[in-house]
Parts: sequence; C-alpha cells; structure tokens
Amino acid sequence: MTTSAMTHGAHGHDAGHSHDDHHHDTSSTTLFGFWVYLMTDCLLFASVFATYAVLFMNTAGGPSGHDIFELDYVLVETFALLFSSITYGFAMISGHKGNKQATLTWMMVTFALGAVFIGMEINEFHHLIAEGFGPDRSAFLTSFFSLVGMHGCHVTAGLIWMIVLMLEVKNRGLQPRTMTRLGCLSLFWHFLDIVWICVFTVVYLMGAV
Amino acid sequence: MFGKLTLDAVPYHEPIIMITLAIVAVIGAALAIAITKYQKWGVLWHDWITSVDHKRLGVMYIVLALVMLLRGFADAIMMRTQLAAATNGAEGYLPPEHYDQIFTAHGVIMIIFMAMPFMIGLMNIVLPLQIGARDVAFPFLNNLSFWLAVAGALLVNISLGVGEFARTGWVAYPPLSELAYSPGSGVDYYIWALQISGIGTTLTGVNFLVTVMKMRTPGMKLMEMPIFTWACTWANVLIVASFPILTGALLMLTMDRYFDFHFFTNDLGGNAMMYINLFWAWGHPEVYILVLPAFGIFSEIMATFSGKPLFGYKSMVWASGSIAILGFIVWLHHFFTMGSSADVNAFFGVMTMIIAVPTGVKLFNWLFTMYHGRVQFTPPVLWTLGFMVTFSIGGMTGVLLAVPGADYVLHNSLFLIAHFHNTIIGGAVFGYLAGFSYWFPKAMGYKLDEKWGKRAFWFWQIGFFVAFMPLYVLGFMGMTRRINHTNNPDWNIWLYIAAVGGFIIALGILSQLIQLYVSYKNREALKDTTGDPWNGRTLEWSTMSPPQFYNFAVDPKTDGVDAFHGMKKNGTAYQRPGSYAPIHMPRNTSAGFIMGMLLTAFGFGFIWHIWWLVIATFVLTIVTLIKRSYDNDVDYYVQPEEIEKIEGEHLAAIQQQSLLKA
Repeated sequence: MTTSAMTHGAHGHDAGHSHDDHHHDTSSTTLFGFWVYLMTDCLLFASVFATYAVLFMNTAGGPSGHDIFELDYVLVETFALLFSSITYGFAMISGHKGNKQATLTWMMVTFALGAVFIGMEINEFHHLIAEGFGPDRSAFLTSFFSLVGMHGCHVTAGLIWMIVLMLEVKNRGLQPRTMTRLGCLSLFWHFLDIVWICVFTVVYLMGAV
Repeated sequence: MFGKLTLDAVPYHEPIIMITLAIVAVIGAALAIAITKYQKWGVLWHDWITSVDHKRLGVMYIVLALVMLLRGFADAIMMRTQLAAATNGAEGYLPPEHYDQIFTAHGVIMIIFMAMPFMIGLMNIVLPLQIGARDVAFPFLNNLSFWLAVAGALLVNISLGVGEFARTGWVAYPPLSELAYSPGSGVDYYIWALQISGIGTTLTGVNFLVTVMKMRTPGMKLMEMPIFTWACTWANVLIVASFPILTGALLMLTMDRYFDFHFFTNDLGGNAMMYINLFWAWGHPEVYILVLPAFGIFSEIMATFSGKPLFGYKSMVWASGSIAILGFIVWLHHFFTMGSSADVNAFFGVMTMIIAVPTGVKLFNWLFTMYHGRVQFTPPVLWTLGFMVTFSIGGMTGVLLAVPGADYVLHNSLFLIAHFHNTIIGGAVFGYLAGFSYWFPKAMGYKLDEKWGKRAFWFWQIGFFVAFMPLYVLGFMGMTRRINHTNNPDWNIWLYIAAVGGFIIALGILSQLIQLYVSYKNREALKDTTGDPWNGRTLEWSTMSPPQFYNFAVDPKTDGVDAFHGMKKNGTAYQRPGSYAPIHMPRNTSAGFIMGMLLTAFGFGFIWHIWWLVIATFVLTIVTLIKRSYDNDVDYYVQPEEIEKIEGEHLAAIQQQSLLKA
C-alpha cells in the first residue's frame, strides 16, 4: 500500500541516522530512491500528456475520441486495474504479517487482474487498427496510442516484475530484502493506477463527451 | 540478416574519415598491445570496468570526457578551417553533407559526451567524500549509469565508420529530422546515442539526490554541506526534472521515424513545434545542469586559495536554487521567432533577464571571498579569474538576446553561437578544467605540473577570445550559423581571425596533454603524501590521496560548512580512534558493463533495422538485470585489521610531514 510503504520509508529515514547510516541499499534508502525514480517516470508521462493535449484535436479527417471510445468497455478495464491495487495492498498486508502463502495468493490475484487489463487494452488496440484507425492515421490517434500504450508497457513491465517477485517469495520467503522489493513494486503498481485515473479522465471521459 | 546494413555503409570514398579511422585503429591496437605486454587486462577488469567505487567511476568518466573532448575539438577545428578556406565563393575542403554531420556531431559530443561526463565525473569523485559518505546510495546503479554513457559515446563514434551521423544540427528539429527528409542512419544514431546515455544520466541524478539526502555523515545538516555538493544537488534536481522530457521527446521522434506515427510530421495533424518545446524544456535546464556544478567548483577554489571561508554561503545556495527554478521557465527564449504572442515572449524574456540577478550575486560573492584574502595564483585560481571575466561577457550578451525584439534580428546568427560558447566554455569548461587541476591530486595521488597548467590556461583564455569575439562581429554583420561556405568579402578577415583562435585553443589542449605527461613522469616529486595539498577546508581533504577505498574509517564528526578546516584548527583532525568497526562495502559487478554493451548492440540493431539483434539484446538485458536483482551476495565487510593497517600508514605520513615542517 502506498501510504504504508511511504510512512515506513519516512520512519526508516529518521531511524537511519541514528544507527544504520552507511549500509547500502537499506530499505528506506531503496524505497526513497525508487520514489524519486517514479517522479522522473511521472514527468515522462507528463510530457506525453502535454503532447496529447496539444494534438488531440488534430484528427486530420479521421475519427475523434467521440467516435471510437467505448466507455462501458473502458470502465470494466479501469475496474480491473483499480481492484488490482486493492489486492496488491492485501498482498503487502499479508507480507508484513509474514504470511507467505497469503502473500503469494494475493499477488496471483493481482497478476490476474493486471493481465485482464492488458488483455482488454490489446483487444481495444487490435479493433481500432483493424478498422483502419491505427496510430498512423492521424496525430490524434498517434498521441492516443502512445499515451495509453506507454501506460500499458509500464503495466506489462510490472507484471513481469511481479512474476520475478512471486518466484523470489516462493523460493526465499519474506526476507527483509524481498519485502523491500515488494514495497518498490507496490509503489510502482499504485503509481500506475494514479496515472490510469488521469488517462481515463483526460482521454476517455473528456474525449467521449 | 543485417537489416539495412550493407558494405556501402562504410564511407570508403571519404579520405578524411578513412584516415581518422586508421589513426583510431593504430592507437587502439597500440593500447591493446601495451595492456597485454604489461599484463594489465586483469587490473582493467577487476579494478576499473567492474568497479562500483565512486572514485574510480569518476576517473573513468573524466577519461571518457577527455577522449570525447579531442574528438569534438577535431570537429571544431575542421569547421573553423573550412570556413576560413571557403570564402569568396570557394568550396573549401568539406562538402556540405559531411560538414553538416560535423557540426551536428560537434554539438552532441561537446554537450552530451564531453561536458556531461566531465561534470558527472567530478561529482562522482568529490561529492561522497565531501559529505563524509563511504559510497553513493546505489553503487551498482552508478556503474550502470557510466556504461550507459559509454554506450551512447560508442554509438556516436561507430557512426563515423558505419553509416553517417545526423545532418540536422545537435537539436534535430523536425520535420528535417523526420524520415521523409533524413532517410539515412544519421538521425537514428543521434536518437539512440542520446536516448541510452540520457537514461544513464537520469539514473545518476536519482542516485546522487538519494546520496545527499540519505548518506551524509551523522550531524551534517543540509545547510552545512560544502558548496560544490550543494551546486551538484541543484543540478541533480534539474536532471531528474528535465531528462525525462528528453526521453519522451526522443521516444516520440523514434515512433515517427520507425512506426509511421505523426507527432511532428508535416501531414496528418503533426506539430513540429511540440518537439521544439519539449526539446528546450529539457535543453535549457541542461545548460544549468552543466554550469551550476562549475559555479560550485569556483566557490571551493576561491575559498581554499584565498584562505578564507566562502563569502555569502547561504546566498550562494539560494542563488543556485533560484537559477535552477528560473532555468525551468525560460525555454521559449530559444524560439521567440515561433510567433507566440507578444505577452508570451515578454514573459519568457523577462524571466531570462531575471536569471542575471542570482548569477550576479554569485560573482560578487566570489569577489568578496578574494577581498582581504591572500590569493595564491595557482592554475585553478587562474581558471576561476578567467571565468569571472569571460562569463560576465557571455552573461551580458545573453541578457541582450533575451530581448525578444533583438532576438528576431540575432536568432540563429553567429552572435548566438558566440554567446553560448562564451557561457559554456567560459563557464562550464573553465570550471571543469579548474576542478580537474584542483582535485587531480585527490583522485590520482600527485599534483599536476603548474608551469604547463598555467600555459594551458593562457592559451585557452587568449584562444577563446580570438576565436569567438569575431563571431559576435560576424553575427552583427548578418552571418547565420551552419553555413558551409561564404561569399562576402567583409566577413573574410573575421573568419580568418576566428580560425587562428581555434589553433591557439589547440595549443592549450596540447599543453594539457603535455602537462599530464610531465606530471606523470615527475609523479614521485609531485606526490601528495598527506592527502591535503592545498590546505583544504572540506572533508575530501581529510582522506588519503587517492582516498582509502572505504573513504572514512569512522564517520567524520562535522561542525559547520568548512568542516575539515574546523577540525584542523581545534586539533581534532587525524585522530586515531580507540578501535575500528568492520566496514560494510559493495562488491564489484560485471552486470553494468554487460548491460551497457548489450544496449550498445540494441541501439545499433535499431539503427540498422536488424530486428533479431534488437530482440535478443533487449531480452538479454532484462535477464541480466533480473539475475543481478536475484543476487543477494552483493556486499562484504572490511575487517578492522585491514583498516588499522591502511589508516596507520596515512597517519604516519601526516606525522612525518608535520615533523618536516617543524
């Protein structure tokens, strides 16, 4: 969970100065570093969002968002991703309690929900391209595919990372290092959720009306 | 099998390129033979290539910067001689398609592969020592960042012999950089060289921000950090805030070129100005990333060699901060001519002029630091004084260019070229060269020869004025940048003078090479036995030269900005603690080097559309990363006996030195 990971990190920062100062890759340092990295990722998304805002009206005679977005479909997709954040939170709670089996189970549920999201997104892209509305059709579609696709690439990377960590939890249990890694993925996963809420609002909701 | 790559990609018909390649091959073979003869391959691999030690990475960054300086300068001297030869309608010796690649390569190399590695190298060597840390927050990531920078540099250099480099200028504006107008491999080399090294720089920014926040020695407050560390910290804030924008802009250009997207194309609704906005939203902060650490270097040097604390430490920190923030809201001044409304241009013009205020604060701080001090005119001080004069001129012409009305006349003229060389050479490069001679004994264990250092400075300083002041004149006379040959008799004399200036700078660079050779030869006489050759004020001077690999046997206790000066004054420097505790250190790893080389091949595959290579190297990179992340055996402990021995040697050397003095 974002908040628990963050307070954990902040707490570790204060404690770090009293005893553990020169240890490398301690949990709080790693989480803070990953947090800073996420902010750079956030700026990457911001650049693409800005480009989308500049280009979304340039449909070049092709379809606009109003013509191609199916809100019902995207709503299901959205709920799959939002629920996956909750289930990942449950995985972290189980992890902190030291319950290995429950952690693995919740991660598998999270993975399944993430896979549903990605599957639905690929399906949407496939339909659009099949109808001739691919990214080469207009600047609007270019920026749409790029923004949504970049988020999708991040989610895919998150899913691969999740497999790696599930194997690690399975083989090594919930050691401190593994918990730190789970915490980083937690930050990443919730961050992608927040980005998706922006995508859903700016691209789909504002585009469909 | 090899995509678009055929034997025709090698430019056999260009004698200049083939001779260059032959020279590179001879030097490379000579190096390889020398390394084999002295059996240094093992040393190279274990102590350098796989090292996660920030000091060694710093040295490697600076070696990379110096090599690329020679390459970038060769481009510069070719441009100057071409322009001096191609007057009165003569063609000169460089045909336009080659000349265009040269000015593009010159810009890319000097900014991305000379200035950035130089700055990051100095930061690597000095910053952790200044805050009393044993290493950076993420040592493996630091090694990886370095090899990503090397990957980018390799791609730029490969473009010399295989294919071509971009002909677009170092900014690669679309639609010129789009596939329709640049169908060759040049822009693709540009994209992947910048993309891979840029990601490395972002990771460096993250790494050093976390280092400063989390790894300071206990008791050191943020407002007690040495001023160079502060300047680098602001630069790192700019790195993490601006490099992702470059990553985004390059990604979009990549999609346009490879997958028929329409971000910046002329047709189907693309908008080329979007690239130009994104590029400069990175590009303007980038120049402050280069110059802020240089300001920090000058501040350290002025305090040390004036024997006084820095005047206005707090104002210096906040001036750097204001420059960093203002640097983010001025990007549009690079294209006032885009045709935004007068209000928009006025806003960006005024913001640009305001930057002169904190910069002026800094200049007065340096002057007041010298005031009533006993200034020693060592080479680092000469570079600093040269900077103060040169950079002030560059700053003033910058304020002039910030007036949108004036910019409409001067845009893309040689006046602009003179201005930014005035600030980047007179600001950033002079700063790095000052830092190079200031911290050289710390990194290598012996001082640099002063006589050749002073010669280098004077050649550079005089050469700079002779080479670039004529460009201001030519700008006023209406000469624009990126011209291959001219036909205006009024310009000739100024073009000749500028070429002479280029050769005077060449003498400066030659002096520096001689300086390195002479100093290496006399390294016993120039040896820095105590680790504190300049009577320094900050913590890096409390270690040995070169420093112990663990930097500090015990966490230094600091009090105030000039921590080491304070220790020497109240007699707490060089104290032997009762006992040493084991020190936790990271192990070397080859993962960074392997990933860097894989990503070089990945970029190369993309450039030539060799898709199996792209997929294979991408998968292998991910596998290497995952394997590395699975490895829990990444650190070890240095035992007290070993620490005792190393520290004993240092303390004995200092005792001997103080006996000699007494």
